[in-house]
Amino acid sequence: MDARNIDYEYSRLILPVGPVHPSLKEPVNLSVTVVNEEIVDVNVKLNYIYRGIEYLAERRNIAQTIYLVERICGLCSQAHSLTFIQALEEIANIQPPERAEFIRVICAELERIHSHMLLLGVVAYDIGLDTLFMYAFKSRETVMDLLEKISGKRVHHDLNTIGGVRFDIDEDLRRLIIKELKYVKRNLDYISEVLEDATVENRLREVGVLPSKIAEELSVVGPTARGSGLTKDVRFNRSYSVYRDYKNSFKIVVLKDGDCLARVKIRVLEVYESISLIETLLDNMPDTPIRIGERILKIIKRIPVGEAISIVEAPRGQLAHYVYTNGGEGLKRLSVRTPTIPNITAVKYMLMHRQIADIPVVFSSIDPCISCANRVTVTDAAKNKTIIVNLENLRRRM
Amino acid sequence: MNITGKARLKSPWLFHLNTGSCNGCDIEILAALTPRYDAERFGCMLVASIRHADILLLTGPVTTQMHERLLRVYEQMPEPKAVVAVGSCAVSGGVYTGSPVVDGPADKFMPVDVYVAGCPPRPEAIVKGILEALRKFR
Ligand code: SF4
Repeated sequence: MDARNIDYEYSRLILPVGPVHPSLKEPVNLSVTVVNEEIVDVNVKLNYIYRGIEYLAERRNIAQTIYLVERICGLCSQAHSLTFIQALEEIANIQPPERAEFIRVICAELERIHSHMLLLGVVAYDIGLDTLFMYAFKSRETVMDLLEKISGKRVHHDLNTIGGVRFDIDEDLRRLIIKELKYVKRNLDYISEVLEDATVENRLREVGVLPSKIAEELSVVGPTARGSGLTKDVRFNRSYSVYRDYKNSFKIVVLKDGDCLARVKIRVLEVYESISLIETLLDNMPDTPIRIGERILKIIKRIPVGEAISIVEAPRGQLAHYVYTNGGEGLKRLSVRTPTIPNITAVKYMLMHRQIADIPVVFSSIDPCISCANRVTVTDAAKNKTIIVNLENLRRRM
Repeated sequence: MNITGKARLKSPWLFHLNTGSCNGCDIEILAALTPRYDAERFGCMLVASIRHADILLLTGPVTTQMHERLLRVYEQMPEPKAVVAVGSCAVSGGVYTGSPVVDGPADKFMPVDVYVAGCPPRPEAIVKGILEALRKFR
């Protein structure tokens, strides 16, 4: 069917949702085609907050880029900088001390907890359950406090540096983390009780179903894939850092249903797993220094020309950085592939033949992070294929 | 001051617009409204439409794509209006300064009343910024 030949019946409407829309926290445009209240086509436009981070990274030195990369996204800042630093360390052939790796992973897991809590809150808000939204945010603050105690900052931790971390976790802090995580766990018990409620179930069950076959075809990642029964988790499949040795301290959570409820439940269960992993890691922290002695400005001078790909499991799924250094303190190329890019293509499938009222909750259930998705995905309904184009092409096309 | 003016001081309605931020500031705005920091005790409420809002909370360095939309949103806002720039990005461009696709910071092309610095600012600072903006309505 060619776009020009669609006969525009009266009932057929194109409904733009966004870029500035009450139910979306970030600028994204979903143009939804509806026939009598039923959604028949969805187009996603993502380029509203394209900030040219890759461009900037290629024009700054590596020490500056570490801070820039962290600011790709406020929710996965630790994941982004961890990925970037791992790639750099591979190129420079630097092995960070063991304790540093522990602290990195502890922070990454704390970040996963607060990010998943945020999703629980946002989904609750979208289905009109404001009490749960407030409740999830209250427990989330506890985790934010812990991150602040570790690094001094709530959102961007600026924790990683080449060859280690900048902040240590001492004995008092260790005990505090264990104590506070118990509180988070108690709150989580309550949240999972609320999710069993019949009203919540009616709003989420069998909404936005993504069968595992389609999920595999669209190569969705992270909790979205695991909610559809795929066993996809970088921490297991391609484990890195301390996950290699502590694979048995946490389980990979997979649910079969593929609906919004499954995706939400996955988040709750994963927080439990993260808590148990953090507890194990805190008990086994080795007593080494937290970074190598050399100063960062000296290190970046001796990073050779080289390229590396590093892949990490961010809260939303697999996050990959491709780094190509130029041998002169800078980067020749940085390419970032964020989990939202593959996941957002699944939104179209999930929304097909649903009602307009389901748009916010389905869209939030994949936990989109638009600020990460700095390129544009065009879903072509007529030809049923997905192409990724850059900004230039997009301007020409539209 | 008439009665609407008095009411406005007791319950400023907020609208939040992301013009290319990294999410950090947006989350902190949400955090400022939730129980721990509770901006709602000053009568603040996050509203869904700009046409109901008194204060515009602006985050991000204003990308080329969002430039027009920001101006449109600003024009749709009813008088009297106040604009609070939240975060280093909205104040000065922050880490994104020098990018060819960033047009901001916002005060290059529209009035900004209160600047809240920090990357991201703490929720307390955001609450303070909102209260500062209220002075404009006195
Ligand atoms: S000021 Fe910092 S936290 Fe806020 S949007 Fe900019 S980079 Fe993100």
